Amino acid sequence: MRQTAALLAVLGIGWFFYANAMAPGAGRGLTDRRVPSKVSMAYLSKSVSQDNDTVKPGGRGYEDGSANIVTAVVVNYRGFDTLGEVTVLFTAALAIALLLGDRRRFTRAKSGTILGAAIPLVAFFLIITGSYIFIHGHLTPGGGFPGGAMIAAGTALALLSSTWKPSHTWVKVLEGTAGMLYVLVGFWGLVKYGSFLKNPLATGSLGDLLSGGFILLIYILVGIKVGSELSGIVMNLDKEAE
Amino acid sequence: MGELFYHGLGFVLILIGLYGVLTLKNVFRLILALGIMETGVNIILVATGWHPGAKVPIIDTTVQGAGFAAYADPLPSALVLTAIVIGLGTTALALVLALLYKESHGTDELGGETEEEVVE
Repeated sequence: MRQTAALLAVLGIGWFFYANAMAPGAGRGLTDRRVPSKVSMAYLSKSVSQDNDTVKPGGRGYEDGSANIVTAVVVNYRGFDTLGEVTVLFTAALAIALLLGDRRRFTRAKSGTILGAAIPLVAFFLIITGSYIFIHGHLTPGGGFPGGAMIAAGTALALLSSTWKPSHTWVKVLEGTAGMLYVLVGFWGLVKYGSFLKNPLATGSLGDLLSGGFILLIYILVGIKVGSELSGIVMNLDKEAE
Repeated sequence: MGELFYHGLGFVLILIGLYGVLTLKNVFRLILALGIMETGVNIILVATGWHPGAKVPIIDTTVQGAGFAAYADPLPSALVLTAIVIGLGTTALALVLALLYKESHGTDELGGETEEEVVE
C-alpha cells in the first residue's frame, strides 16, 4: 500500500517534470538555453564594471585575473556568499562537535604491517594532491573546497590505522586561524577600497600562478579551513558511546 | 548523448530519491535517499548552464570566433559548488543526529502506527 502510493506520487511528479521541462513543444524553458545569460557573459568577459572586448591568457589589467571563471564568481564576485558558505560548514562542524565532543575515541588494535605502512604514505599523497588543487584553484578545475575535502579524506584514512594519529587540537587551531584570516582579508579590501572582500591585490597576468589577486590567498585559507573542518568532523565521528 | 540526457538523469535521480524518502523507514537510508535527491538537483542545475559543444569556462587560447558564448554558463556551476558544500555539512549533521536517535531508541527504524513496539 505504502509502496503503491509512493510509486503513484513519483510517477505523477515525474510526468510533471517531463511535461514542463523536457517534452517537445511549449514547455522547454529549462533546456532551450544556447548561450550564457547576460550576467554570466559579464562574468566571462570580466566586465562587470568595465568593458573588455577580448579576454586572453597573458592579458593584464582585468578586473579579475582568474582564468577559471567559476572560481572568479565564487571567490571574487560572490565572495560574501562564499564567506557565508564557510560559516554554514563551520556551524555544522560546531554542532557535531557539541553533540559528540565529549566521547572517547575508538581504541583500535595495533594495525598490521601493510595497513600501518601504506596508510601514512597514501594519506601523505592525498594531502599533497589536495594542496595542489586548492593552490591552483584559479587556473584549473577545483579549488579550496574539493582540495580541503581531499585533505580530509587523507585524515579519515589515517584514522583507520594506529600508526599516525592527527592531533585534534592542531586541527582546531588551523581551522580557527584560517577562518579569522579569511575575514581579515575581507577587511583589507574594506580598508583599502571601502568595500568588504574587494580584491586588494594586483591581478597580474592571466594564467600565471600569481594572478587573480587575493583568490590564491583566499583559496589557500579556504582549503586549510575546509580540510581541517572536515577532518574535525571525521575525528568526531570516530568516537564511541560510553 | 542527447541534449536532454543530463536533465533526464537529474530528474530520474530526484524521483529515485523521492521514492526512497516516501517508503524507507531506516533513518540512515532516508538520509542516503535525500543525498540522491540532492545530487539530482545539482546535476539539473549544472546542466542548465551547458549547451551542446560548450567549453569548460576556463579562459584559454583555443576559443575563436564565437567568443564568450562558446563557454558553458559558469554561474550555475558556482551556485552548485555552494550547494554541494552546504549539502555535505547538513548530511554530516543529519547522520550524527540519526546516530543519537539510534542510541536513544535502540533502533534506527522510524516509528509509526504499523510499527511493532521496540524491545530493548
